[in-house]
Amino acid sequence: MFQNAFPLRPSRVHEVCGPGATAFAAVTCARARAGALIWIREDWQPDQLNPLGLVDFFDPARLVLARAASAIDVLAVAEEALRDGAVALAVIEVTRPLDLREGRRLQLAARAGGTTGLCLIPEGMGSNAAESRWRVTPLLDQGPGREAGGTAGGDSTLMRWDLIKNKSGTLGAWDVRWNRKTYRLDVVSPVAQRPDPARTPAARPLRADLARG
Amino acid sequence: MLEGNSERLYCLNRAAEAAGLSRGMSLADARAFCPALMTDPARPDRDAAFLSVLRRWATRYCPWVATDGRDGLMLDISGAAHLIGGEEEMLSDMQHRAARAGLSLRVGLADTRGAAWALSHHAPGLAAPGQTAAALAPLPVAALRLEPAEAAGLERLGLRLIGELEGTPRAPLARRFGPGPLVRLDQAMGRQGEAVSPEAEPPRYATRLTLPEPIGLQEDVMEGTRRLLLRLCETLQRHETGARRLCLTLRRVDRDSRQVELRLAAPMRDAARILPLFQRGLDGIDAGFGIDQMRLEATQVESRPAQQLGARSEGNGNARLEDLLTRIGTRIGLENVLHFQPADSHIPARAFRALPAAWSAPGQGWVPPRPRPLRLFAPEPIGATGPRPPERFRWRRMALVTARATGPERIAPEWWFDDPDWRRGLRDYWLVETRQGRRLWLFHTPQNPGWFVEGEFA
Repeated sequence: MFQNAFPLRPSRVHEVCGPGATAFAAVTCARARAGALIWIREDWQPDQLNPLGLVDFFDPARLVLARAASAIDVLAVAEEALRDGAVALAVIEVTRPLDLREGRRLQLAARAGGTTGLCLIPEGMGSNAAESRWRVTPLLDQGPGREAGGTAGGDSTLMRWDLIKNKSGTLGAWDVRWNRKTYRLDVVSPVAQRPDPARTPAARPLRADLARG
Repeated sequence: MLEGNSERLYCLNRAAEAAGLSRGMSLADARAFCPALMTDPARPDRDAAFLSVLRRWATRYCPWVATDGRDGLMLDISGAAHLIGGEEEMLSDMQHRAARAGLSLRVGLADTRGAAWALSHHAPGLAAPGQTAAALAPLPVAALRLEPAEAAGLERLGLRLIGELEGTPRAPLARRFGPGPLVRLDQAMGRQGEAVSPEAEPPRYATRLTLPEPIGLQEDVMEGTRRLLLRLCETLQRHETGARRLCLTLRRVDRDSRQVELRLAAPMRDAARILPLFQRGLDGIDAGFGIDQMRLEATQVESRPAQQLGARSEGNGNARLEDLLTRIGTRIGLENVLHFQPADSHIPARAFRALPAAWSAPGQGWVPPRPRPLRLFAPEPIGATGPRPPERFRWRRMALVTARATGPERIAPEWWFDDPDWRRGLRDYWLVETRQGRRLWLFHTPQNPGWFVEGEFA
């Protein structure tokens, strides 16, 4: 059941990997309780978080960005923020595998402060202490409404959410879509179960304007 | 020695005065008089700072000390002279101490403020009680603190000395010059009162605790810090200010000292909130053989007026967040804890700013012109040509096939900034959805053809 898995269990530290991890974190921020959010990352990372992209998920005014100089500082700031409980959610960008001790410390801090933590980890670098681990991959949206004249092109957020580790429940995989208008997460049935499964991606024409060019 | 656009003499030493130079003379004239003249740029701000130091020093003679002009001090020593041993002793004591410090003083002492000023500027010395009129009579009228024009006017009438002015009928003088000279004369002669208004001592946000026995336990140091904080916060409360930066100096028995600096995310004056924030800094302190003196100073304060607490104020939640940011700031630096604020620019990377959360409020009113990617990175070139998005391309070692492309959205560079990233000119942005799932933000530069990836959507 998706409802058992997704609003992430509070006061625990979870992990997410895969190319759609940022989107997962944004959705989690949107579903967190009211209050400030903190996003902790290392300052050397070349890409930057775009608040104008986050607007589709939540109000960037809630976000505090902490830029730490090293991975150790990231963990120290994360522990401080989790233990304090003044923020609703701490998003932690981890660049190296956490060992069991570090993962466990974060877990204990989250429990003490009642704050939810979410680690954005590189593929395959999870910690055993994590409460749950997700892999998020963006999918090409081939829904029925998308082909008729290419309506509403470019605003789809269809993603595959794989729950690949869960300490208190079963695993699963869901296709979800974030609704920017209503700020809601829609679970859509996988492509294979749709009425017209014969249509393969290769048979579909490209979008009209692209085909013309 | 600079005033307005012309260079003028600001002050002189004795040798220069003897050579016939005077204050306010232009530098070119002075050089003509005295070719060997050596000059330095004037620093009135430093002079003022030094004068305020002297003012503090002068409170050793009496509590009622004011600064006078840019180079004078006015002391009201009523009832204080006998503490030094009389007026003459006081003057000579002043002279001696100043001479030892390398200063030359011109001191005048008289019954009234105006008379003392006149004496100090024109005939340094002492006028015995009741002898003011006699002491002032031979001095020029300029000694009455007159405007230069008034003094020149009086001299043109032949009234060169104060004694002559005193003997002149008052009514014609008042008609000719207005009340100015007569008021000054009355003030000097004591017919009209004039008070010395001392400056208020600036508040000092520092407290000190000296211990009879050295301490070394962390709890003891925290307790000492707590007592210091209580006193400091009282001072802050009285002046409606909040500390932004605190410095705790721990002096050890071996005369070495350790410092703990605390920078706060907001001006604060609540001892109970500040104390736990010192914990981290004190953890790393080596007490050695013990600490016997503690000093706490607020090195940076900001005004923080009392606020009405009500339903609208966020109160507790906000305070907790500020404390958290302070603690994080002690670890990674307060300038690395950021808020986003919208900025007025079409350039995607400049449409927002990240400002330190301690000194700015979070930005409101985010209105993206079109859907924007979640992450931005420095443009990464992909091998593609043509004005339409490529059907296949490689990006970060992935072979991607375009399924849908939305665009173009043309963004022109801001010509008033010379931004090296935008040297390629206009950009046509496309949202490209790939069959592999990734939704990328590509742009094409028509003026200097090339394709780049700049961001990734959710």
